[in-house]
This record gives sequence, structure tokens and C-alpha cells, in this order.
Amino acid sequence: MAALTEEQALLKEQASTWASEEAPVAKFREMRDSGNELGFDKGTWASIIELGWPGIVAPEDAGGVDMGHLTFGIVLEELGRQLTASPLLASGLIGVNALVIAGSDDQQSHWLPKITNGTVIATLAIDEGPRHAPFDIALRATPKGDGYVLDGEKVHVLEGASAGLFIVAARTAGEPGDANGISLFAVPGDSAGLTRTPLTPTDSRGYANVSFGEVQVGPEALMGNANDASPQLEIILDRARAGLAAEMLGVAGQSFDMTLDYLKNRVQFGEVIGSFQALGHRAAALFTELEMSRSCVEAALTAIDEDSEDVATLCALAKCKAGELLHLATNELIQIHGGIGMTDEFDAGLYLKRARTLEATFGNMAFHRDRYAARVGL
Amino acid sequence: MAESNAEIEQFQAEARAWLDENFPASLKGRGAELISGEFVDPSAGEDFKRWCQHLGDKGWGTPTWPTEYGGGGLTQKQAGVLQKEMSRARAFNPIPLMAGMGITMVGPTILEYGTDAQKAKHLPPISRGEVFWALGYSEPNAGSDLASLACKAEDKGDHWLVNGQKTWTSGADRAQWIGCLVRTDTEAPKRDGISFLILDMNQPGIETRPIKLIGGASQFCETFFNDAVADKDEILGELNGGWTVGKRLLQHERQSQTSAGSGMGGSSRLSLQELAERYVGRDAEGRIDDADLRSRLAKHLMKAQAQRLTIQRITAEARGNAKVSAAASILKNAAASVVQESSELTLEMMGHQGLGWEGDPFESHELEAVRNWLTSKAVSIYGGSFEIQNNIIAKNILGLPENTQRG
Repeated sequence: MAALTEEQALLKEQASTWASEEAPVAKFREMRDSGNELGFDKGTWASIIELGWPGIVAPEDAGGVDMGHLTFGIVLEELGRQLTASPLLASGLIGVNALVIAGSDDQQSHWLPKITNGTVIATLAIDEGPRHAPFDIALRATPKGDGYVLDGEKVHVLEGASAGLFIVAARTAGEPGDANGISLFAVPGDSAGLTRTPLTPTDSRGYANVSFGEVQVGPEALMGNANDASPQLEIILDRARAGLAAEMLGVAGQSFDMTLDYLKNRVQFGEVIGSFQALGHRAAALFTELEMSRSCVEAALTAIDEDSEDVATLCALAKCKAGELLHLATNELIQIHGGIGMTDEFDAGLYLKRARTLEATFGNMAFHRDRYAARVGL
Repeated sequence: MAESNAEIEQFQAEARAWLDENFPASLKGRGAELISGEFVDPSAGEDFKRWCQHLGDKGWGTPTWPTEYGGGGLTQKQAGVLQKEMSRARAFNPIPLMAGMGITMVGPTILEYGTDAQKAKHLPPISRGEVFWALGYSEPNAGSDLASLACKAEDKGDHWLVNGQKTWTSGADRAQWIGCLVRTDTEAPKRDGISFLILDMNQPGIETRPIKLIGGASQFCETFFNDAVADKDEILGELNGGWTVGKRLLQHERQSQTSAGSGMGGSSRLSLQELAERYVGRDAEGRIDDADLRSRLAKHLMKAQAQRLTIQRITAEARGNAKVSAAASILKNAAASVVQESSELTLEMMGHQGLGWEGDPFESHELEAVRNWLTSKAVSIYGGSFEIQNNIIAKNILGLPENTQRG
């Protein structure tokens, strides 16, 4: 764990206690079993708003506390441990950052207070195909009058069923695959022509495919300049990836703790199984990966806060290493628990499923390895 | 504890002025060239000797050691500033390498466990790089199971009489002193009958024989003790408490291995990126022209960066705390794997040119790469093997129980 300020240490303690007491994995299971279409419990989300976490990286004049991304990461990690389901990452991290980075003063003063006080859930609508490809954008925004008409499809949008604000990456010039010609629009969720198809995903969280059928928006919806939003989009995505990586660290950490606990208590052949060297060494390898990934995730979050030159490299590193770690940690969670790990009654499956989604979101390991390679001269 | 910025700035100015005055211009940027491995190029000359003298006088060869024992008496933070100023001036500190195991391992352990007399006797010559230290731990039948060591020291009233054999004693053939784990009680359970004994290497009872390794000549030796003697007051720490002292020393070893390669003013070797460009080439879009290799190189460089970031994180967390972090054990395996993977990738990229043993058809950096690849195999064996490190993590850090079936 990074050397924390007193404020950060307190917040970590608060988040840890709150998540394990008020929003533990049992509550997530309850939400899943209830067939909840939103993918989160409204009461849990209300508590998170009460705690002020949607405003952790938002400016103070917009109802936020501007405490930075390492701080946000601390909270996301603690919630990740309990699989606490909420729109915090989509709205409080990605939505807020999209507005802070690409939004005009008017857009910020209109939307940010609503996001920080929880009256609006914001999200980023980017991917259109099965794999993350930020420039493969075909959704068109065509000028009409003094505004635009949006036409196209977005898939697997985080909190797509509940979002009241979609930050939409649209093509205003060029062809799918071009980095140039992309623009960002702030599109209200109740716009005419916008239809959502909620998904039933393996991790039971809230995603939707969103169709934009000739959705008309006014000039106030365009964020920044037309056609050249890619650099800003990259910054927004990197912050999203670092936040995801922090959550992944929490999911992996809890998976590891559960595995370790089982190693210390399960008896076979008359011995506690953790005393077998073959298993002890796997635990040691897992612990090593956990420590290495933590360093990467904390470095990426800190780099964002310090606005360092190597933010993009470190975010690619963090997302990829957290992916490797989480893949290993959740597979070992199941394998070392044996048969019990395969039962739905035990929590291992919930962690495995969440791991898979987190790994695929905003670029999987291969995606980030390629990005990292390009950035370090390979 | 924490110094103010003004104090740090004042120290920085002092360090800069001292380096300007005392570091010979003729040695600028030549650290890596003059000192390879643990050997100082004999042609280093008078300026080099003078520089060592200045460092010794000032105590800045061992900047954080107490001044009364030849150190610089600096805080960790000041030592960090000094290191930065040294690299700015393209200066280097050769003292640690000239003392063998003296500065990285023996010194800190003597500081912790030594009597005042032992500190006064042994530390000042180490801090000046005047004496080379070896360590006698492993024996032919005591490797990973170090506690079963048999080399014994008998109490002969006014001295210790030592008989037995040590192996993998790095630099023993040119060492003036050796710190040995010896058996002083043959009746006690094996870990409880061991002491840490310091011996003068310059005596007829000690013989050394160099060991040739798969990579050619090495600094390792076998060391034989036939009625060798040691002064009565040369036990470091408690009598029969050598296991604790010895383990502590290994923690210092692991820490120094983890940060090895830093501080000598950079390496002349090519980066993996440069090697890939040279031996493999790039495609039209500028990518390394072998997708599989490129992906594995990226994975490797990510692991290496994760390892460096972990050292930085642990250093930051431990700032102001002199204790060796428990995570040092994690770093040793991680560092070993990075070094070994890097040397394998290097040879793979070089193709046929990475298969030479000696001779003109191979460039010197190619031959060096082959030797480094072979030498790197030792990294996961010495100082506690990969497997022993994992045992330590499982047992000491994760708290997993010991198997009752194990000895």
C-alpha cells in the first residue's frame, strides 16, 4: 500500500467498514437473485451518494471534494473486495472526468452537480463491436440546424439501463478506425430516439446496448471542438482503466484472502492443506503478483494526480498487470477450493464472473500489452 | 526525523561543492568501465586511488554508517541527495565493490550485532574499501538445508579451532576476512548450535580453490579449514545464536541483490528495444517485425517495470524506518525472474550470433550476452533459492503452517 495521507487512511478505513457491513457480497447476491434490471441496489447507491464518493475527483464548486485518483482508487478497491455493485465508477469517475476534461464551463455547471449529488448517473458510450476499439466508431453525428443528429449503436454501455447522461463518442468525419473525425456529445438519457436494451451479463451488473435512432441534439451537446476529441477520449479512457484496475486489485485481494483462509483451515490427509509445499508455493506466487500489480496500479493513479508524462504507459501497465493478476487469483480461488468452489452457494463464482468482465472492459490484457509495446518503442 | 527543504538544499550544495573539488575529472562517467563485476581495472591509476582516499576520509563510501566507524553519518534522505549529485557529476562510489561482502552485508550486520570492539576493529577498514570480505555459509552437504552445516569451531580456551569446508565462498581467494557460520554445539538441535565466527583469511589453516562455472571463470571458491584459528572475541552476536545473525545478514544480501546494478553510472549494454531493432527489425508501421516476440518482450518489460515500481513503493513505505522490509523476499524472486528472462530474450533475438563462446566472428557484446545468460542461472539459486524464497513467503509472510512431514 502506498504511503497514505491521514485523510486517505481514514477514507480507506471508512470504505472498508462500510462495504463489509452495509454492502457485502451477500447483498450483491441478494440483488442478483432478485432479478434487478439496473444491476445495483438503489439503497446501496443512495448510501454511496450520502458518503459523497461520486464527488471524489469532482471540483469543489461542482459539489465535489477534488481528492484525486489515488483516493478514488482506494475506495474502488475496497468496494471491489465485496463486489459492491453501484454506478460509482461509470458516473463518479468516468462521467465526472469526461466533463472535467472535455466539457465546457456550461456543460460542467449543468451536469457535474447533478452527478455528484446523485440525481443523474453518467456514463461513457464508446464501443460498438465485441472487442474494445476506441476509434472503431461508426455512429454518425451529422450537423442539422445549429445542432446534430446522432445515428448508430453502442454496445455494452456501463450502467446503460440507468444512465441519465450518455457521453457519446460519435463520428463527425472520416471512417471507422480513424483517430481523427471523432467528437464527444453529452446526450440526455431521455432524448427521443434513444432506446436501451438492458443486458443480462454473467457478472449481474448493469449494462445495456443503446441505440441512437436519429437522436437530435442541440449545439450545447457538443463537447469541445468537433472532429478532434480523440486525445481527450484517450485521457478519459486511461482514467477509467486506472479506476478499473483499482477495483480489480480489490477483487483479486479478496479472492486471495479467501484462498489463504481455506489453505489454513481445510484438512486433508491429516494435514492443513496450506502446509503442502505445492500449494504454499502457489500462494507465494499469487502474493508476489498481488504486490507487483499493486505497485503498478498505485503508480498509474498517482501519475494521473501528478499529471506525469507517462500516464498512458502506466495506465496500460496497470490494466494489463491487474488483468494478469485477477485472472490468476480467481482461477486459483476456484481450483484450490475444489468442488466447493464450483458451487453457486459459495462466492468464488461471483468473483470469477466479475473478473472476466473487468478484464474485458476498456481493453483486455492483449490490448494493453500492444499499447504498452508501442509506447516503449517495440 | 524529516529534514526541512532548506536543510536538504544546504546539504545538496555542500555535496555538490565537495564533488566539484574532490572527484577527479579524468574519472567522469568511467565507473562501469573501471569496475566490472567485483573487479577494479588495474589500470585505474593514481586518480582512482586518490578518489577512494577522499571518499574514505569523508566517510561517503558508506554514507549512512555512523561517523565514529568511518561512515558519513548521513540520513537516508541526505544519502539519496548525495547519490543524485554523484550521478549528476557522473561520479561513482567504488567502495562497496572493493569491500566484497563488507558493505552490503557484513557491515550492517556488525552494526546491529557487533560489540563496540568488533565495530571499532572491522568497520573503519571496510568503510575505506581497504579490506575484502568473504562469507562462508554453504557447504557441500548444506545448501538449501543450510542448518545442517558441519564445519565446526572448538573452544580451545584462548581461541577457536576450526575444521571443515565451505563452498560458494565468493572472492575467498582474495579476501582478508571471512564471516562463517560454524557449528559450536554438536548436541543442540541443528539451528541452535550454530555461531557466526569471523576469521582472518591470512593463515596457513585456510586454503581456497576457485570453482569454474558453466559460464567460465567465476569469483566462487571452495574454502578448506584445517585447524584454522580465530580469536576468542570474534563471535558476532550470541554464542550459538548464529542462525539469527546469519539470517539477518541474508536479508541484507537479498536487499542488495534486489537493487543490484544501480548506482554504477549506467550500463553500456544495449536495451532490449535496441537489440530487437538491430537483430529482428521493424515492419512498415514501426513495430518489431515478429508479433510473437514483440508481445513477449512487452510482457517482460512490464514485469521489469512492475518490479522497479515495487522497489520504489517499498522504499517509500519504509522511509525513515531502518528495518529490512518483509517484502524483500518477494523482490528477490521477482528480480531473478526479470534478469533470467531478459538474458534469454537477448539470446533469442541474436539468433546464431547469440551462440558464441569466444572468437572474432562474434562481437564482444554478443559473447558477453552468452556469458550473462549462463551466469544469470545462479541468481535463482544463491542467497536462498527460488524455492526457499517461496517457502519463506508462504511461512513467514502468509502464515501458512509447516508440514509435519518435513524434517
